Amino acid sequence: MLRAESLSCARAARVVLHDLSFTLAPGERLGVLGANGAGKTSLLATLAGELPAHAGQLHLDGRPLADYPVAELARRRAVLPQSPSLSFDLSVREVVAMGTYPFGGLAPEESARLIARALDLADAAVLAERRYLALSGGEQQRVQFARVLVQTLAAHRHGEYRVLMLDEPTASLDPRHQVQLLQGVARLAREEGIAALLVLHDVNLAAQWCDRLLLLAQGRVVALGAPADVLTPANLERVYELPAQVIPHPVLAGAPLVLFAAQVPC
Amino acid sequence: MNTLASRSAAPAPRRWRPAPLQIFIALCVLLVVLALCSAASGAVRIPLGHWLALWSAPADPQATFFRNVLLEVRLPRIVFAIVVGAGLAISGAAMQALFRNPLAEPGLIGVSLGGALGAVGAIVLGAHSLLVIAPAAFAGSLVATFAAYRLGSRQPGVANLLLAGVAINAICASVIGVFTYQATDVQLRNLTFWNMGSLAGASWPMLAWLAPWVLGLSALLIRDWRAMNALLLGEREAQHLGFALRRLRHRIVILAALIVGPLVAVAGTISFVGLVIPHLVRLPLGADHRWLLPNTLVAGALALTLADWVARLIVTPAELPIGIVTALVGGPFLLWMLTRRRA
Repeated sequence: MLRAESLSCARAARVVLHDLSFTLAPGERLGVLGANGAGKTSLLATLAGELPAHAGQLHLDGRPLADYPVAELARRRAVLPQSPSLSFDLSVREVVAMGTYPFGGLAPEESARLIARALDLADAAVLAERRYLALSGGEQQRVQFARVLVQTLAAHRHGEYRVLMLDEPTASLDPRHQVQLLQGVARLAREEGIAALLVLHDVNLAAQWCDRLLLLAQGRVVALGAPADVLTPANLERVYELPAQVIPHPVLAGAPLVLFAAQVPC
Repeated sequence: MNTLASRSAAPAPRRWRPAPLQIFIALCVLLVVLALCSAASGAVRIPLGHWLALWSAPADPQATFFRNVLLEVRLPRIVFAIVVGAGLAISGAAMQALFRNPLAEPGLIGVSLGGALGAVGAIVLGAHSLLVIAPAAFAGSLVATFAAYRLGSRQPGVANLLLAGVAINAICASVIGVFTYQATDVQLRNLTFWNMGSLAGASWPMLAWLAPWVLGLSALLIRDWRAMNALLLGEREAQHLGFALRRLRHRIVILAALIVGPLVAVAGTISFVGLVIPHLVRLPLGADHRWLLPNTLVAGALALTLADWVARLIVTPAELPIGIVTALVGGPFLLWMLTRRRA
């Protein structure tokens, strides 16, 4: 289990996130919301073990995250960064196969099976035989998603705790693929007990697809809890500095629907 | 238009790509053929058809002479070309992965000009034999690489290493200039030849340690193919995939310096092989290092064997410095590649 206690994150000696405590249970999807510069990406980098915690505790399965060797950490968590940049000519299959690297010598048929499953979950099976550089931005994003899925699923034993960390995974996707990606994450959480941490900009997608939401503003926690509890006009205004209204979702029972209602200046 | 066509959702027309193994075997076969052709020609022509006869007439003075030319002059030189080409090319591929830049080459971290500085310094300070010049050159490459690496990794990110390499190269070049300015006419001639690269120093005793050294270290580089693939995704991504960045960077730089340093020490500076060959191999093969590295190794050997053959063929019975041939072919090729990419 990933557990943060009074965690502070810093970038280049500047503290960007103060005093954050939460746990991420197996199979739980935690959404992180916040305006640009609120500290979302720094939080993700710290939780991924890229940045050392500035203060406080950060444990993965009871062991300090900093004690994990890089290679071992890669077998416990996968990260999808915001804008992967790959400018060399690789095939889609070669990119997705990189998800098996932390596990060294997987049997060829085992990794072929994994890659096929991940491509399927990411709705990228039709892209399997293409060259990565010939794909559109959204297609590349789906392929990268398939890569981290392979990393999350490879050699996974039932009950073993693993985390999937996604930094704005839906940014370059069309609505159908946004939903499809989040459905994939939900399925993994339900069927495999994979925990997921999603940095999102779309409040309504987050409300619909996350079990809990963490709202950040100016490096501090505004709220942490179930979407229906934390998505209040007051919280949203603190986070985004925009007037917001929350109404019951007309289709999805029990889900809140957030509307930002700033007047267009004439 | 091209990009539009390839983006269409319909199953894209798949360009036929030869399998990596086929390319590898083809390159190996080509290398053997080329090596035999190169051995047959030169100031004294020894057609392949006559080779068997040379050994069936052990007492014949002409046969003895031809045998000696083949065994003591041509073959060591060709093996030397193979080893140097292979080492330069694979180090180039590793550097390009490390810097995530297809225009990187081993010289970027100071290994070539550092070696040149060591050799030029030794020559101008009075050394005559390769036994002194080569160790001086090797020491020069290691010191320059070490300096560039230490100064360049004070801060994270590979850009600093690149800039430190540029600075070290500039310093080396200027000190080489000072030495060259101070050199006597004889020394000048000596160091000019050295600067242009030459395979004339080939001998079996030298190859007996150089070949296993270069091939062994190349095998260690090939072992890191996964890490190099991961680096192509980005430094953060490589770390997410479980590769300890500092250690990896450390290892690649050390291996490349240990491969290229001795090559510079015994063959001088031979440009463009480390830059162009990995590029050429990537065109049909793609950038998967699992196959890119072994294929680059053979392709580099092939390229330098060819360059050596050309260098000996053009001005028989003399020879052009091989560095001139590689730069003469590599320069225009690089320009073509750059303009093609824009198109």
